[in-house]
Amino acid sequence: MSETVRRRGRIGYLLLVPALLWLGLFFVVPLYSLVATSLFNADGSDLRGYQMSWAWGNYTDALDAYWQPLLRSLGYGAVATLLCLVLGYVLAYAIAFKSGRWKNLMLVLVIAPFFTSFLIRTLSWKLILADDGLVVNTLQLLHVLGSDGRLLATPVAVIAGLTYNFLPFMVLPLFASLDKIDHRLIEASSDLYANPFVGFFKVTWPLSLPGVVSGTLLTFIPAAGDFINVQLLGSPNQRMVGSVIQSLFTDANDYPAAAALSMILMVLIVAMVLVYVRRAGTEDLL
Amino acid sequence: MARGRMPDTAGLSRRGLLKGAGVAAFGIGSIAALDLPFFDVPGAQLDPLKCAARDLSTSQKKLVISNWPGYIDPRKKATSTVSGFQDQTGISVDYTDDVNDNSEFYAKVRNQLGSCQPVGRDLMVLTDWMAARMISLGWVQPLDPDRVPNLHQNLIKPLRDRQWDPDLRYHAPWQSGLTGIAYNASKTGEIKSFTELLDNSEIRGRVTLLSEMRDTMGFMLRVVGADPSKFTDAEWGQALERLREAVSSGQIRAFTGNEYTQDLAAGNVVACEAWSGDVIQLQFENPDIKFVTPEEGLSLWSDNMLVPNGAAHQANAERWIDYYYDPQVAAKLAAWVNYICPVEGAQQEMEKIDPSLVDNKLIFPDDETLAVTFDFMPLDDQQTIAYEGDWSDVTGG
Repeated sequence: MSETVRRRGRIGYLLLVPALLWLGLFFVVPLYSLVATSLFNADGSDLRGYQMSWAWGNYTDALDAYWQPLLRSLGYGAVATLLCLVLGYVLAYAIAFKSGRWKNLMLVLVIAPFFTSFLIRTLSWKLILADDGLVVNTLQLLHVLGSDGRLLATPVAVIAGLTYNFLPFMVLPLFASLDKIDHRLIEASSDLYANPFVGFFKVTWPLSLPGVVSGTLLTFIPAAGDFINVQLLGSPNQRMVGSVIQSLFTDANDYPAAAALSMILMVLIVAMVLVYVRRAGTEDLL
Repeated sequence: MARGRMPDTAGLSRRGLLKGAGVAAFGIGSIAALDLPFFDVPGAQLDPLKCAARDLSTSQKKLVISNWPGYIDPRKKATSTVSGFQDQTGISVDYTDDVNDNSEFYAKVRNQLGSCQPVGRDLMVLTDWMAARMISLGWVQPLDPDRVPNLHQNLIKPLRDRQWDPDLRYHAPWQSGLTGIAYNASKTGEIKSFTELLDNSEIRGRVTLLSEMRDTMGFMLRVVGADPSKFTDAEWGQALERLREAVSSGQIRAFTGNEYTQDLAAGNVVACEAWSGDVIQLQFENPDIKFVTPEEGLSLWSDNMLVPNGAAHQANAERWIDYYYDPQVAAKLAAWVNYICPVEGAQQEMEKIDPSLVDNKLIFPDDETLAVTFDFMPLDDQQTIAYEGDWSDVTGG
């Protein structure tokens, strides 16, 4: 037996090689270069070049200057993820259990927005939420918004944009785990006198947890780092950390500060994800 | 086959793998710590003469150009300026409008240009400050004055003697423009100054400014009484503080690139900092949109043709430059793009093409208009990083 097992193990490692090479080239090397850049001397520039001066001060400086957008990003990301979870769970549940022969069509519809560019989808939210648009005018009529109230350039617009753009990333994993659930288990719960609510919380919800966990991760991580939505739908007062990093890299050409801030964001998110996955108890993912 | 037992026995368990990956990462890390690739990036300043490529213009009748979108008359037409150039010279032009943003374009080409590598382009069009930066980095090839006589003869006066390239050795303006204020007359009364944009509470939250630092901060410096062509750190600080207040009070809705035109046309924004050419184009559809010369003055800028290091068809590029400095061609181009035409004599030629544009001061500005223009002082690399950093703190990037 041990002979076959060993061979199988070797094949396993062999199969890993392409992906490892890919990751090595396009993840490890850039990550390493990012870490190195984050420790360059802060007074370097393209003109003078940079030296490795182990400038850990870049990190404290970045945190000091940008803790607000950093926290805001995590906050907006969390709210958008929560909204996605609520909206996405209902939708995924309906598709998995109630859509019958429309199931495939519904799934295609969930993915359909991906056929147009991310930018165009976000820009169209500008039209929907325009100051003189239908939504704002209706809300003003209902006195939800003041007569000079607006939605664009407010946190509402940014979070709406994030929720919309990342919803499919929530729906698909949720659907995948809901669809796998064996209906007989739910029938069994009602046979044992559980009402639909109890049945849901005792059977369906726990069995869908892997989908919930991967969906929230797939939504939260890109949402917290996003900078397009805030740039198009928000104002400077809603600035998120992604846009800070982007402008430090491309406009200010302050590579050490930008790299340090990227590292901080990455470490924060990885830490949060680890805690979350531990708490949720689904180590299947790691 | 017992599926459940596989991971325990096959030697490829998740934990084992993670452990292996950890060891591997540590190994790579240790090697890296010894060898240190990517540490100590050398300065990217080069000598353009050492980074010149062999000019293949005589054997290859080809020219590759990168320009901003909407900056040329429709190229496919037989009567277009590009067709005219191809007919006259036999050079086939590969024209791409892939410059959307100076900083972005810089990020795109900096690795190649910074290490003396060609970027596959013979001409690129960049705004003054970025042109100045690239020239000071030595990334731009000098033009042969004998091959661009029209440029030296016909460039309009206000665009000569720029601090960063006074003798036109490296650059040739493609089009120029003015930065000022645009407002929607059906939504607000006349807006005459940047002070009003910052303070008028009737237009709170319906004002945008441009995200190009030099454009906006030039005006902010004027607002606090400083001279954008020569200012101190303290004046910079005051101007920035003035802007910061307007941003945090919600007066300023956003900092934008070209997309302010949509918001202005849609009425989301009623007054904004704007580029002259955009406003002319908006006016075709909506006569309520007005462009005004702010009390603080106007900023005059150009987008400039540059030959990057390693360009393989420099002589062809120089023929292109010379061709577009022919007043007849320049007028034809100006009639389409509506920015300021940098070519002397084009105004007379415009008479034959579109008489309605001859007196348009946003295409052919008169001396009176040009008298109030100002320029932004050239910044060194340290100032650029510091000021751009301050700027992005206020504008939100």
